[in-house]
Amino acid sequence: MQKKASTSWLRLSAQVFSVILATATAALADARQPALSPTNIFAPDSTPAHSIFRLSMFGLEVEGAIFVVVFSLLAYAVVKFRQRKGDDDLEPPQVYGSSQMELAWTVLPVLIVVVLFLSTAQVIHRVQDAKRPADAIQVTVVAHQFWWEYRYDQYGFTTSNELHVPVSDPKHPTPTYLSLLSADVDHSFWVPRLAGKTDLIPNHPNSMWIDPQETGLFLGQCAQYCGTQHAKMLIRVYVQSREDFDRWIHEQQQPAVSNPAVAAGRALFQAKLCFICHTVRGTPAVGKVGPDLTHLMSRDTIGSGSVPNTPENLRKWIRDPGTFKPGSLMPPQNLTDDELNQIAAYLETLR
Amino acid sequence: MASESIPLTIHRNPLAVVYDWAATVDHKKIGIMYIVYALLFLVVMGIEAMLMRIQLAHANSTFLSPQAFNRLFTLHGTTGIFFVAMPILFGFGNYLVPLMIGARDMAFPRLNAFSFWMTALGGVLLYGSVFAGGPLSQGGSAPDVGWFAYAPLTSPAFSPGHSTDYWTLSLLVAGVGSIGAAVNFVATILSMRCKGMTLGRMPLFSWMNLVMGGLVLVTISPLTAAQIMLMVDRYVGGHFFDTDAGGSVVMWMHFFWIFGHPEVYVLIIPCFGFVSEIIPVFSRKAMFGYPAMVAATVSIGFVSLGVWAHHMFTVGMPSYGNAFFVLTTMVVAVPTGIKIFNWLATMWGGKIRFATPMLFCVAFLFQFLIGGLTGIMLATAPFDWQLGNSYFVVAHFHYIIVGGILFTIFAAFYYWYPKMTGRMLDETLGKWHFWLFVLGFHLTFDFMHIPGLLGMPRRVYTYEAGRGWETWNLISTIGAGVQAIAILIFVYNVVRSYFKGAAAGNDPWDAWTLEWATPSPPPHYNFAKVPSVQSRRPLWDIKHPEDPDWRYE
Amino acid sequence: MSATPMDIAATEGEWKLPSRGRVGMLCLILAESAIFAIFIAAYIFYIGKSLSGPAPRQILVVPVVASVCLWASSFTIHWAVAALAKGKTAVFAALWFFTLGLGAFFIGATAREWHHLIYDEGFTIQTNLFGTTYYALVGLHASHVIIGLIALSVVMIFALLGKVKPEHHERCEILSMYWHFVDAVWIVVFIVVYGLS
Repeated sequence: MQKKASTSWLRLSAQVFSVILATATAALADARQPALSPTNIFAPDSTPAHSIFRLSMFGLEVEGAIFVVVFSLLAYAVVKFRQRKGDDDLEPPQVYGSSQMELAWTVLPVLIVVVLFLSTAQVIHRVQDAKRPADAIQVTVVAHQFWWEYRYDQYGFTTSNELHVPVSDPKHPTPTYLSLLSADVDHSFWVPRLAGKTDLIPNHPNSMWIDPQETGLFLGQCAQYCGTQHAKMLIRVYVQSREDFDRWIHEQQQPAVSNPAVAAGRALFQAKLCFICHTVRGTPAVGKVGPDLTHLMSRDTIGSGSVPNTPENLRKWIRDPGTFKPGSLMPPQNLTDDELNQIAAYLETLR
Repeated sequence: MASESIPLTIHRNPLAVVYDWAATVDHKKIGIMYIVYALLFLVVMGIEAMLMRIQLAHANSTFLSPQAFNRLFTLHGTTGIFFVAMPILFGFGNYLVPLMIGARDMAFPRLNAFSFWMTALGGVLLYGSVFAGGPLSQGGSAPDVGWFAYAPLTSPAFSPGHSTDYWTLSLLVAGVGSIGAAVNFVATILSMRCKGMTLGRMPLFSWMNLVMGGLVLVTISPLTAAQIMLMVDRYVGGHFFDTDAGGSVVMWMHFFWIFGHPEVYVLIIPCFGFVSEIIPVFSRKAMFGYPAMVAATVSIGFVSLGVWAHHMFTVGMPSYGNAFFVLTTMVVAVPTGIKIFNWLATMWGGKIRFATPMLFCVAFLFQFLIGGLTGIMLATAPFDWQLGNSYFVVAHFHYIIVGGILFTIFAAFYYWYPKMTGRMLDETLGKWHFWLFVLGFHLTFDFMHIPGLLGMPRRVYTYEAGRGWETWNLISTIGAGVQAIAILIFVYNVVRSYFKGAAAGNDPWDAWTLEWATPSPPPHYNFAKVPSVQSRRPLWDIKHPEDPDWRYE
Repeated sequence: MSATPMDIAATEGEWKLPSRGRVGMLCLILAESAIFAIFIAAYIFYIGKSLSGPAPRQILVVPVVASVCLWASSFTIHWAVAALAKGKTAVFAALWFFTLGLGAFFIGATAREWHHLIYDEGFTIQTNLFGTTYYALVGLHASHVIIGLIALSVVMIFALLGKVKPEHHERCEILSMYWHFVDAVWIVVFIVVYGLS
């Protein structure tokens, strides 16, 4: 009788366990809804992110199984072996150890470790040592406190805070390779749906690649504490169709628009020393400390993604960046209202 | 135990009492000073945490400025490791180890006092920074570089002023104290055991402190070295971490984590010791697999020295470098798992009494299991490329530090407070403390994993709306409030029971190690006659002369 | 309330534990070794990486005589302690004094070398990576020698006052362990700085 009871318990637990495991995996798969969050690591859209996702699912199943087994033993022990009212005062039988048990619960974890390690090493190699195709897009990312510089050297221009890449067809991948440099302290480039994060460290160039398979806007942010405004060093990756990407490239390659109507503003841009930090290609402004403003108006946001690019925000930013990003390295500008409007009017022509 | 009289307190001149404590070299008094010091800073840490959680409860909150928030998380982390966790564990170790091994004091009583006061000075230095320079509302001149102070953020160029120097100096000073304490633990345990107490008969708590002491000696020193290098850079124009001169900031990371990872084992290993003393007594069974527990602890100590770069999976090490550290990190999980199984086996077949110390230990087992498993997740490097430096990591390490370390520290409090004061802590208040703290802990840290999975990095003073992070952050904040209430109940229990607690007697828990053979609290000489032992559980042998342990060991 | 009597008849014979002074000193040596290991790692890692300024072989002169003196002082301190154990306090004092002298000579030679490097060659801790790591490593070692010399001097004063007796030989031996450690570190530093570079 006892034997039957224990085998039926065993069968029941096995069934319950597999149901839980299946539900959990399904729930996690459901979590792949980007609607849950635009930065959901379980909604991968690029090969590195996909590889990580598959490995993590496998790992979660192993770890989930371990949890269920050990937790069940703990719960059982806590219930079955508790002291009950009416128990005698005698001590229970003293068991000092068992070599067989020690062996068993050493060998089994070692085997689990071997399996996990081998599957992990494989993914590390696949992502880090991937062969770079000859026609890959190459962008150099330079991290600054607290904004992102994107150099498209193969196309001859630099832009800031918006990374545009072409969409990649899984059958004929066209990945984008990012060289990662830093102009000052440590930063980290993290766009969860596209890849794991890689750090940007001064004097230590790194490299990563993405091959997004859907067009759209992908969000991320700096993931290595880099100072006061680390929290607002946001990342915006625009994945575009090949035609849209080529058109964007062409637009960015043009020198700055030169509209005579805002000549006063352009002159003030020089007089008020904006050119010391900022570049406007095609003018004498060649500063490298702050973001390139040549095509400022082609961007949706200012302040490295933290504020929508509207005329009002632009004026507030120029007057005092600390309104939006206290601790930003751009100092407040000592301008009269008139000067501010003229400079802003000039900037607003820089499409 | 039947009616015992509480010793009469003779009223003394308050100045004499202060001098007595300030000049003491008695390991028990020094232990208590470490513990009280740590408890004060635990409250400070909790306030820092509460402030940060309020700021993070909503997106784009302006409750705190970025400068204040960045100083808060730096202070919170630094305080937690160096001025709460280490002192409280040194405190319990100092108090209990000589008693458990039948000695009258530590090997070097004056070094013991010196080590405590150096640690204390470190805390004063760190918090002095809050009041130095700068606006007080933003934390004065407190350091804001994170508790791991990565170069080159700490260079003079990016950290002007002295805030980083407060961080460096306070930890250098505290580090000297830690090394002194470690020297004392190792020398005491190796050289001062009573007759018959071979290394194989020491209480496991003693073994844990021995391994911890050895680990501190080779763990704190790399941090000391790195901090000296940082001082050379900041004050004498050196180039250790100066990238303009060709220096490497990755080298700081290596040196820091060569300290930083074994450090967390320094913290957890004495906690394993608490659990290894408490679970057997409340299960009414000998510890299962004593030799395996010792072997597992020693291997954890050694292997933990080789895993440090799993904190650096994203810095761009070559693939074989990353793979190596994946392997070592997973390997260290094996002896850790062995310990969990041995504790389970100790409970198995026992007669478990769920007094408050045992409740905290059972919760520890559950939470340490989960924290260990999320650690394995992080050890799979590609997964860490997503989860590293995110709130998933914050949730993981708080699971271990609060759910593991702090829970066992509470267990140790309820278990040994009677020995230290002669009074029992109130059981009802204890259960309120336990259940509220479990609720608060899980509210805060279970749900904290989710923002990490949804892309929230750590060390951010605020975050964008629309990322799906807000609800989970709000729940975490509510949990923090619940934890705060639980801790207040605990503090009330500690203070009230000191005056009104039930008399404890020598051995309120019917335990088996030597400290329970002394009065509560023990006289300053501990043992009138230095004991001699024949087994791992000398009091079991006395209580069960028909069935002593030495017949089976 | 009295304590539980704990006097289980011990049947295992003599109870011998290592001396706490010896264990304590070994622990200190272990911790200090870890500190030196980190500085040595930094030195080795930065070999050849200086962007400018002199390289080791261009300006370093191998301090052969000073190093031999330092290593010789390990022998003299060993003989000193042995003499004390045998009761020969005068021999002990003489050998101890020799040890002090050899150590002081080493420090003097280091000071002279540094004076030359700084004032004649203009080579400082700020010059380049080599300068930073060289002065830090050699300086760390020199500071440990100086601490040792202070401790040795204290014992020397006690010896001259006739207060050091044969029963103190173990304490002197523990101090000599520290001195041997300092000399052993110099073997490693010597090889790394003057050999490898």
